[in-house]
Amino acid sequence: MSYDKLVPEPTADTKPFWDALHEEKFRLQRCAACGKTRHYPRPVCDACYSMQAEWADASGRGTVHSWTITYHAFHPGFKADLPLVLLTVDLEEGVRMQAQGRGIEESELRIGLPVKVGFARVKDDLTLPVFEQT
Amino acid sequence: MSLREAGAVTGVGETKYMRGTDRTPVSLALEASLNAIADAGLKPTDIDGLIPYGAGAVAEDFVTNFGIPDLRFSATTPMGGASAVASIQCALAAIQAGICKHVLLSLGRTGYSGGRIGTRVQQMPQFRTIGEFEMPSGAIAPPQLYAVMARRHFELYGTTSRQLAEIAVTTRQHAIRNPNATMQRPMTIEDHQASRMISDPFRLLDCSLESDGAAAVIISAPDIARDLRKKPVLVMGVAEGHPDSPSVISQRPDITTLGLAKAAPKAFAMAGVTHADIDVAEVYDCFTYIVMCQLEDMGFCKKGEGGGFVENGALGIGGRLPVNTHGGLLSEAHMAGMNHIVELTRQLRGEAAVQVPDAEIGLVTGYGDLGDGSIAIMRRAA
Repeated sequence: MSYDKLVPEPTADTKPFWDALHEEKFRLQRCAACGKTRHYPRPVCDACYSMQAEWADASGRGTVHSWTITYHAFHPGFKADLPLVLLTVDLEEGVRMQAQGRGIEESELRIGLPVKVGFARVKDDLTLPVFEQT
Repeated sequence: MSLREAGAVTGVGETKYMRGTDRTPVSLALEASLNAIADAGLKPTDIDGLIPYGAGAVAEDFVTNFGIPDLRFSATTPMGGASAVASIQCALAAIQAGICKHVLLSLGRTGYSGGRIGTRVQQMPQFRTIGEFEMPSGAIAPPQLYAVMARRHFELYGTTSRQLAEIAVTTRQHAIRNPNATMQRPMTIEDHQASRMISDPFRLLDCSLESDGAAAVIISAPDIARDLRKKPVLVMGVAEGHPDSPSVISQRPDITTLGLAKAAPKAFAMAGVTHADIDVAEVYDCFTYIVMCQLEDMGFCKKGEGGGFVENGALGIGGRLPVNTHGGLLSEAHMAGMNHIVELTRQLRGEAAVQVPDAEIGLVTGYGDLGDGSIAIMRRAA
């Protein structure tokens, strides 16, 4: 069956993030000048304004900052997946990331719940990050 | 130099609000604008400044249809639902600079019959980052993106869905007394609690309408405003505010605070009034939670106390702060807040369908594009 959900359209600034995920590696963008980690990937460091960036392996560990559970299909591609558990997570590296939660019950959700990044290969050329219980 | 009383609302207009039309946003915007021009006692050719709302009619449409001979100022304020109120600041700056005298703010949309929210948001360029990084997870539409802010507020402060229901129910009570409001059926807290979950904690009745229609407002130079058809409503204070991480909620240091928190102190200081002076507030209400959060961000109560603030009909006529007396986006129509400016003007003229007795000073807010905020404080002419 063809994949009918929204897909990312990576740019030169963001492609290393997606390429790493597809190899089941979780990497974050880091300023090559001052070392500040930033997410989502972007051209300029807001601490020192350097445009030089590097990609560093990240732990993938974090804790839940907030969440929603979606019961309404805002896009037909997601209809069969409802309800969707959507987590906003504080990563150990000091940035946040939003992704689906997998294998996490609504009753377990709380601010501070430890989670880790997992890899969901949704089609031949795309792996999405998800959060799983540690 | 400040923008205090650098302009006044001299005309307001609307179309009938609908859920279903074959008309275009351009046609609707022109109709509401003609109504606003007539309300002010002006001619269409008197308009020399235009701030149309993002999509729909553009400046050229007004020049062409109205035969405007000398358009001196045109701009847009790309802040989603915060645009309409932010354009008041833009209009005042242009008037004070002597560029133009009568600025028409207009909004026409077919939010029901045209592109609906699921498809609309992902096409907007300011959402490029979440389009790449969050929408592929299924987080696509505003109810989902804002539900995450509400959930954290619930967890940190003990806010409840029943408290949000108070906002929906009070707003509906106002709508039922407003003939142009789309939603005319009474709503109880139990109705709200029984409505289906859209994206937890938002139920269907926490969400605003998708509507067809248009609204328009004319801001004029104060010296001219005095001599027009209606008593002017003077803009005492106005400001816009942009949150940290404006295009990505998940990266915002405090996801329970909106851009309005930066704007409100500036507007109150410019106006020289306090919260106790506000007789009526038209507060952008794309979702019930957003009303509560803005009341906190404006300082009507402390952060975390909004749930208690809105209880027991506090936002109704005769309550501690009458809010959204027209029925708002929740129950009148989703006109991206242009209808809130129309309503505040009518309140301060004493001609609203659901009138706050003797309203003298009031405020209107805008909220949009994942956190932008805007606010205007106005008073009736002496």
